[in-house]
Formats: sequence, structure tokens, C-alpha cells
Amino acid sequence: MENKNLQENNPMENKSLQETNPMENINLLEINHMRKQFGNLEVLKDISLNVKKGEVVSIIGPSGSGKSTLLRCATLLERMDGGDLIYLGEAVCRDENGESKYVSKKELKKFHRYFGLVFQNFNLFPHFSVMKNIIDAPVSVAGVPKKEAEQTARKLLKQLGLEDKADAYPYQLSGGQQQRVSIARALALKPQILFFDEPTSALDPELTAEVLKVIKQLAKEHMTMIIVTHEMNFAREVSDKIIFMEDGVIQQQGTPQEIFQSPNERVREFIGKLSD
Amino acid sequence: MIFSQLGKGLIVSVEIFILTLVFSMPLGLLVSFGRMSKNIVIRTIMKVYISIMRGTPLMLQLIVVYFAPYYVLGMKISSAYRFIAVIIGFAVNYAAYFAEIYRGGIESMPKGQYEAAQVLGYGKTQTFWKIILPQVIKRILPAVTNEIITLVKDTSLAFVIAVAEMFTIAKQIAAAQASIFPLMIAGAYYFIFNLVVALVMEYAEKKCNYYR
Ligand SMILES: Nc1ncnc2c1ncn2[C@@H]1O[C@H](COP(=O)(O)OP(=O)(O)OP(=O)(O)O)[C@@H](O)[C@H]1O
Ligand SMILES: [Mg+2]
Repeated sequence: MENKNLQENNPMENKSLQETNPMENINLLEINHMRKQFGNLEVLKDISLNVKKGEVVSIIGPSGSGKSTLLRCATLLERMDGGDLIYLGEAVCRDENGESKYVSKKELKKFHRYFGLVFQNFNLFPHFSVMKNIIDAPVSVAGVPKKEAEQTARKLLKQLGLEDKADAYPYQLSGGQQQRVSIARALALKPQILFFDEPTSALDPELTAEVLKVIKQLAKEHMTMIIVTHEMNFAREVSDKIIFMEDGVIQQQGTPQEIFQSPNERVREFIGKLSD
Repeated sequence: MIFSQLGKGLIVSVEIFILTLVFSMPLGLLVSFGRMSKNIVIRTIMKVYISIMRGTPLMLQLIVVYFAPYYVLGMKISSAYRFIAVIIGFAVNYAAYFAEIYRGGIESMPKGQYEAAQVLGYGKTQTFWKIILPQVIKRILPAVTNEIITLVKDTSLAFVIAVAEMFTIAKQIAAAQASIFPLMIAGAYYFIFNLVVALVMEYAEKKCNYYR
């Protein structure tokens, strides 16, 4: 908590991962009344959420509460049924008479530039070297010159403590290293906002620590992030805001302090179970 | 000379082999797409096609392809058509087998690979050619090797429509000389042919072994 305050005095001391934005208080992400169901199962019921530039938001909650589904809708892996999804003031979809109306397929493409997603099980491309995993999308999707993409990649690898792994293949890395590569891969596209879906759930405790350290570092650099996690201490330390989800609704959201001292019995019980 | 006559036959066998692969491997990819299509009509047609190709003898299929222009369309069959009929018959048959191998490989790919690519902004086509297909090739290589080795031996079936490939010629010489020696030489040639094929495929598998 203390170092967070320090940074607020000096918010732009490290801009390496983000560009300066004149509109400081803009909502990078705005979700209004998001609804999603699979068949008859209502997984998300009326989720609303705003994320400002530089904010770190953690999402916690029991299994099956819809956390992954929320992230998947926000990253366009899943179509939401109702509600608005808005990045930097530009709508991906808007609610019309209770149904989400998406922009055309062609317009949808550009939104992929705004966000990145780090998966629980990394999903690196096994046939690409670490370097190629990181530069291939910037080069062949975003059209960045290869030299430039490689420079960015080397910088990222260095930041994430992987400078000697550029030529390795994913199978030669530990889980923690693979997850750091997948974070580098997402960052290489310079997203405005980075989503994490339980980034350490597939890792041993020691490896978990090295990945959490990287995410904390990103938080210090004011990367905007939304993190689904079961690591309560981490969430408390890194987040500006914590969201507690249950049964497809946001039961409570607030500062770490508000959540950890929640008057809501369910929230306290859940946190108590997971923190030691 | 037996050896040179058989050698000429071997060249025809190799031609059938190569042309069959050249046509059936891409055709198989199209068939597998059709087989996995969301469109039920296309999917069903491909399913029926594959089950006919796999459910009837290749020898019979060759005969049908060769005689169909005459019996169905009343066309005169030129002698050049023999070879073309063999290539069509083989390509259409092997495409069905390759299609099922491709489908198995494609369906075995974890969903996460598609999702990672999608979030990174790859289009559908790019995802398939850059991310999915290279991994599928590695996965299916052993099954493809089996199929290719079977093809080497299957080329001998071209004898049913009297294309002068190696087995046809070996049989003719054997009959003329009342000796099985020519057939044994032909057997040795097939064996060497397959050895070469196996070596090439082994090399290809090694090439794919740089990752797991
Ligand atoms: N593609 C799908 N089809 C049908 N049901 C689904 C699908 N995806 C998720 N669900 C269901 O939606 C509910 C919410 O799933 P979701 O994965 O979002 O939960 P979660 O909060 O991420 O849980 P966990 O902490 O276990 O990851 C679950 O009941 C799940 O079975
Ligand atoms: Mg989940």
C-alpha cells in the first residue's frame, strides 16, 4: 500500500510500457449491464464495471461465478447477450432493447489492439521460439518492422528476466518462465489494458512468486490491468479496486481495505478461506 | 533385359506415386474442411464420399473411373486416358484417407491455440496457416507415413486397367518366361522404393522434432 501512494506523487516516472495519454481520467474500459448465458444457464447477470487508465482491478470469487466468462466477453472470445462494451469511448457493442448489437466484423478487428490476455495455461505457440512468440503478432498482424519488433522484444525479455531465453522453445522453459513469456507476448503489442485469467493457478508456489513479481512491477509502471486471481495477499497489495463476484453478479467492489473488511459475510468468508 | 524393362515399369509406378500425392494431399485438405464444415449439406456429402472411398475396393474404383466415360457418357476411351484414370482414381481415393487424417490432427489441437491467436489479432486464415497447420503436420506425420507406404504398394493395382507399371510388366515377363524371378526382382524394387520413402519421412519427422 505504501509504495502505491509514493507513485501517485510521481505518476509518470516510468512510461516504458505505456504511452502518455492527454486524457488522464478517461475510462479505458466501460462495461454496462453485461449479460451472458450458455443455453439456459445465466452466467453473467447485469455486470457493470469501469476501469480507468493506470488502474489495477482484481476480480475474486468462487469457482463458477463467471470470472473467466467476464474476461472472455471483454476480450471478444465470447459474445455477450446484453449490455455495452466500450473501449476508450468506442463501443464494441451497445445494448439495444436488451440485446448487445456488435459493430461489424471489420470494425471489430481494431479492438484487438486495445487489450491483451494472459491465460492460465499460457497458450504459447510451441513451434515458435520465445523470440518468435513475442514478435510474430507485432510483425505479421500489426505490421511493425521486424528489427523494431525484435528490439522491443529484447527489452521486454530483459525486464522480465528472460534475456537468455530468446532462442529457447516453450517446452524448454519452466511454467513460470513460460508465463512470463506469454506476458511479454501480450505486452509486445502495446495494449492499453491487460487481462489476466488466473495467471498463476497452473504454477507451483515458487514459480507463482516470480510471475506475481512481474505483475507487481507492471502495476508500478502504471499498466492498466484486470486480474482474476485466487492470491488474496497479492490482490490486496497490487489492486486499486477489488471486485467480488458470485453467481454472475458483482456482490461488492471497493478498495482492498473495503473488501478485506467487508460487512458482507460471504465476502469475508471467501477471503478468510483463501488467505492464510 | 529384365532389369531395364522393370526399371521402365518402376518409373511409371513412381509417376503414379508422385502424381497421386501431389493431387490427393491438397484435395484431402479441402475434403477435411468440408467434412468439418458448419454447413450440414457439405458435411454430409463429404461424409458419404469418404465412406464410399474407404468402404469399396480401390481396384473397383479404378475400373469405374476408367470405364465410366464410356458406359455413362458414351465417350470413346483413348489409350492415353488409362494413365489419367489411374491418377484420378488414386487421387480421389487417397484424398479421402488423408482427409480423415487431417481432420483427426486438426480436431486434436487445443482450443487455447486458437484463442491465443485470436486475442493477438490473427485472422482466421493466418491462424490456420501459421499456428495450427504446422503443429497439425507434426502430429499427423506418423499416420501420413503409413498411408504413403501403403500407396507405394497400391500403385501395383493400376494393372487392372492395364497401365504398364512395374507389377504389370513383371507379371508379363514372368508369364512369358515361366519363371517367378521377375516377380522377385519387382518385389526387391518395391522394397527399395519404400526404403527411400521411409528415409525421407524419417527425415521429415526429425525436422519437426525441434519442439514438443
Ligand atoms: N462454453 C460454455 N458452455 C457452457 N457453459 C459454460 C461455458 N463456459 C462456462 N460455462 C459455465 O459458466 C459458469 C461460469 O464459468 P466461468 O468459467 O466463467 O467461472 P469462473 O468464475 O471463471 O470459475 P473458476 O474460478 O473455476 O475459473 C460455469 O457454471 C461454467 O460451467
Ligand atoms: Mg475461470
